[in-house]
Amino acid sequence: MSTLTDPPKEQFRLSMLLYDTRYRSATIQVIAMFGFMLLAAWLINNTIINLNTLGKPVSFGFLGETAGYDINQRLLDYDNQDTHLRAAFLGLLNTLVIAFMGCVAATIVGVLVGVLRLSSNWLVARIMTVYVEMFRNIPVLLWIVLIFAIVTESTPHPKVYRGVETGAVVVTNRGTYLPEPLFSRSLGDVHLFGSSSLRFDISLDLIAILVVLGLSIFASIKIRQRADRIQEVTGVRPRTWHTRAAVLILPLLSLLIALGFHLGYPELKGFNFQGGTHLRNSLLALWLALSLYTAAFIAEIVRAGILAISKGQTEAASALGLRPNKTMSLVILPQALRVIIPPLISNYLNLTKNSSLAIAVGYMDITGTLGGITMNQTGRELECVLMLMLVYLAISLTISAVMNWYNEAVKLKER
Amino acid sequence: MSGTHAHTVAYVRDTMLPEQAPPASEVGPIGWMRHNLFSTWVNTGMTLLAVAAIYYVLAGVLPWIFQSVWNADSLTECREIMMETWGSTHGHACWGVIKERWLQLLFGFYPPHLYWRPILALVLLLAALSPVLFSDRVSSKMLILTAAYPFLMPFLMWGGTIWGPLSAALGFVIGYLIIKHGSEKLGELGAMIAGVVAAVIWWFVLAGPVTDALSSALPIGIEAVQSRQFGGFMLAIMLGVVAIGVSLPIGVVLALGRQSDLIIVKYICVGFIEFVRGVPLITLLFVASLLLNIFLPPGTNFDIILRVMIMMTLFSAAYMAEVIRGGLAALPRGQYEGADSLGLNYWQAQRLIIMPQALKISIPGIVSTFIGIFKDTTLVSIIGLFDVIGLASAIRADTAWNGIYWELFAFIAALFFVVCFSMSRYSMYLERRLKTDHR
Amino acid sequence: MKKSVILGAMTFAGLAAGAASAGTLDDVKARGKLNCGVTTGLVGFAAPNANGEWEGFDVAVCRAVAAAVLGDSTAVEFVPTTGKTRFTALASGEIDMLARNTTWTFSRDVDLKFEFTGINYYDGQGFMVPKELGVSSAKELDGATVCIQTGTTTELNLADFFRSNNISYEPVPIETNAEAQQQYLAGACDVYTTDASGLAATRATFDDPSAHVLLPEIISKEPLGPLVRHGDNEWGDVVRWSLNALIAAEELGITSANLNDMAAGTDNPEINRLLGTEGTLGEMLGLSADWAKNAIAAGGNYGEIFAKNIGEDTPIGLARGLNAQWTEGGLLYAPPFR
Repeated sequence: MSTLTDPPKEQFRLSMLLYDTRYRSATIQVIAMFGFMLLAAWLINNTIINLNTLGKPVSFGFLGETAGYDINQRLLDYDNQDTHLRAAFLGLLNTLVIAFMGCVAATIVGVLVGVLRLSSNWLVARIMTVYVEMFRNIPVLLWIVLIFAIVTESTPHPKVYRGVETGAVVVTNRGTYLPEPLFSRSLGDVHLFGSSSLRFDISLDLIAILVVLGLSIFASIKIRQRADRIQEVTGVRPRTWHTRAAVLILPLLSLLIALGFHLGYPELKGFNFQGGTHLRNSLLALWLALSLYTAAFIAEIVRAGILAISKGQTEAASALGLRPNKTMSLVILPQALRVIIPPLISNYLNLTKNSSLAIAVGYMDITGTLGGITMNQTGRELECVLMLMLVYLAISLTISAVMNWYNEAVKLKER
Repeated sequence: MSGTHAHTVAYVRDTMLPEQAPPASEVGPIGWMRHNLFSTWVNTGMTLLAVAAIYYVLAGVLPWIFQSVWNADSLTECREIMMETWGSTHGHACWGVIKERWLQLLFGFYPPHLYWRPILALVLLLAALSPVLFSDRVSSKMLILTAAYPFLMPFLMWGGTIWGPLSAALGFVIGYLIIKHGSEKLGELGAMIAGVVAAVIWWFVLAGPVTDALSSALPIGIEAVQSRQFGGFMLAIMLGVVAIGVSLPIGVVLALGRQSDLIIVKYICVGFIEFVRGVPLITLLFVASLLLNIFLPPGTNFDIILRVMIMMTLFSAAYMAEVIRGGLAALPRGQYEGADSLGLNYWQAQRLIIMPQALKISIPGIVSTFIGIFKDTTLVSIIGLFDVIGLASAIRADTAWNGIYWELFAFIAALFFVVCFSMSRYSMYLERRLKTDHR
Repeated sequence: MKKSVILGAMTFAGLAAGAASAGTLDDVKARGKLNCGVTTGLVGFAAPNANGEWEGFDVAVCRAVAAAVLGDSTAVEFVPTTGKTRFTALASGEIDMLARNTTWTFSRDVDLKFEFTGINYYDGQGFMVPKELGVSSAKELDGATVCIQTGTTTELNLADFFRSNNISYEPVPIETNAEAQQQYLAGACDVYTTDASGLAATRATFDDPSAHVLLPEIISKEPLGPLVRHGDNEWGDVVRWSLNALIAAEELGITSANLNDMAAGTDNPEINRLLGTEGTLGEMLGLSADWAKNAIAAGGNYGEIFAKNIGEDTPIGLARGLNAQWTEGGLLYAPPFR
């Protein structure tokens, strides 16, 4: 303090920390900082004492132990001798799958319903209103449970297909089977991360297909740009759709033939269908419930977004001679999007967070694995809940970062 | 003009024809249907589809609801009655379970002879909110009730001695009096600090012994009810009201902190808000049920309902902060500048100019946050609390009702729908009213 | 500097608080209520009735302990716990004992630091299938879809069983028994597996119980019993001997009907010691002399509790089986009251 009281020009008094606006903000900040650190220290101190009393010091060693339970719906290979970390990793992938599927479906249904609520058809508009109100005003947990029960009760038992020729898609009360893509001359897999818990196999076939597709799209864009240039110079647009279609389809087709692409159909063997891609009922029910629930909110957002565009915009577009389709895509939608996107982001986030209710239907997402069976078996509540929170936080922050970036891109550029 | 024409044209009508009735196909129900249901082929198709869908749903649901059994004490008895009456147990509801358990579903384990207390608390809640929600129709004198409600509600719900809530209220009175009357001697800031410190000292040091002394000297009170006995739909309302009520002031502070120029304060607030909004409620409830005791000093033991209330409050505070931030952002810049030009300091400006307007704009947002929190209270069933869904599982564990399914969920869904739907309608009404106010 | 002083003070306060709550028995007596953890609802074992009173086999154990300690079988606060929250609730002191059909395992006893005070029900994990499936052994279930109730040891046992028999299965994990039951009845799984008692109880409430069979395999040992925290042996003794009193009462022929006559004094010294007319067993436990009498009066002896809640005359209809007295070929064997 003594050094501070010395400045030659102005005498520093302690009370200036409070009354002088130059110092006051610093004082408040220091107090806030100190208080915050004290609170944090207090919590951590309590935690350490309590955990010592319980004899459970913080340790993440349990992640390396054998999990011992099975996960039915999974993207990667796993059996009950794998570690808890592997189980958590698969759970995380399952969360991402349901979040992605849910967001896509919710957007499609939501936009459709939002537009239909403005439909001139009285009955349809009313039904959509009833749908929106039903879903918005009943808790999502109830919807998940109810839809799970409805999906199970309303689909046939696999045994009814016994002796019946089944097609490519089979709907049963254990889930829906879709044909799976198979390659008879497969290129094999890339194995990432060796045999660790995070090992990850990527099919080289898939990579090859994606690369070819990417190149084709690039070529197609180049062709279109060339056509644009020619049109600008000569005023005549060359017909390019056939070359572009050929560029898109032919390389892919030849690659698929080279790889020996065919579809694997599900077949009834024993108790259940084997083969094909199995979407279990828990996944379907959760997907339906989450996307229908969120779609009700998105519908309202879309409706509000469209209503927010003044009628003058449509009239001006017609006056310019734009056709209704072009009016929608060039005038209404770009403006409505600006209103729609920010609330849409928070609905995507809500859907992702609500996917943690998967435990209600036994879909093994990260809450079901890390925050469910693993936590039960190991008794490591602190570590599991902490990891769970961090994972969701990371997902939420990523989604909002990506969507905010997109929002910036479509935002009105004011000059 | 007409005169010249009269000579050249053979016949000119000089009276107006009476208006003809529009064709029957354009008016009345038929015309309405033509316009609204069958205007194009696409519309006709959609209408037919919609009618088919409605028929399908109603044909399945209506017989189930109405061809049902009300008088039965167990599922087995229900099934016997169904077999006798309709010859099948499928497609008929067994409402006997609701008849037997509806009070439990509404009130949980709250002592039946005290049901008047939660009901009175709910009525008083509506009365306390009326000056805020229907400010155009209700006298602002009711605001006294609004101020008293935060102390009245715990007293009614938990019961016990009346001195507890009174001494808690006294803390606020002490703080307020010091701030009001001490500012001449201590200066504005000094008075505020002194007031807060005095209130805190009162609550944490003096209130306990004083309350004990008073309640032993003058034992005025009502029968105490433990929070463990709260349950059912009442628990959902309780959790929702407490979370929103307590989180409102916290949300205001967080929203102001987030807009503040003080960088550390700002980042603490942003960190808290984004963290809570980034994780699902269920993880926070896991914290409440599994970890909160670990974070607190050894030996502290709240019961689970209080812990859940704390976490739900923190959860809603983050959302509330964002709603209020939206309200603050919607205020025109001129309001801030006007406050500055009047020479008001930060707190005066907030209290007199900014907050009243910002909070008013935020009311629809607050109501929809409330609806969200209210629906989210169902998640507490996952950590073993007996809200409606938890009770539904417990009822199904009774030997008499094991195996019952849809009836309970239909009842619960109907309860939630009625409450949430009316709240959302109210919120819409409010939005419309606020819109006209701005013109 | 200042901070470390504050932290030190808090640590001290914390330790003091921890030390103060050492004796659960004294806490319970001072509180006048026993906090007992039960399930959120399991048919026959614990469920609230229409008046909000808890009933069931596990509940009866809580009531017996409350009667032994406090002399009042209604002085119990039932705290519903889930598979996740039960151990935390017990460890944190929120509940004094847990009677939530919890399996006694090594790791729960040693690693999670709990003390199992006995076994009130010998159970094992079994399978239930629809009769029309024509399955007679669990080993024929290759490729079947199996509904499991999660949050228990069930999923681990199941994984072990199928792994050791080298057959595959498709697990459908489900949170509650009620959901699992609905899924099984809707045919979403071929098999339902949980504790055999639970299967029997579930089957009893089906529309047509005879259309479903329990498979002969019992794939695990599930000794279910009440448990308390490690390190409070006085309290552990109280719970252990309250349960033993119920079991011994059945063996000695003490029922709620003849309890008062017997308590007046009999020729059998062990009955006299148990009911407190001879010796000082109650005093040794820190309870009143008629502690065991109160415990038995709460709901009758073990056999009566069994018969009333889950026995063959109830809709659940469980046979005594392993849970018969040792004299009748069962496993119930209360140590002598001496």
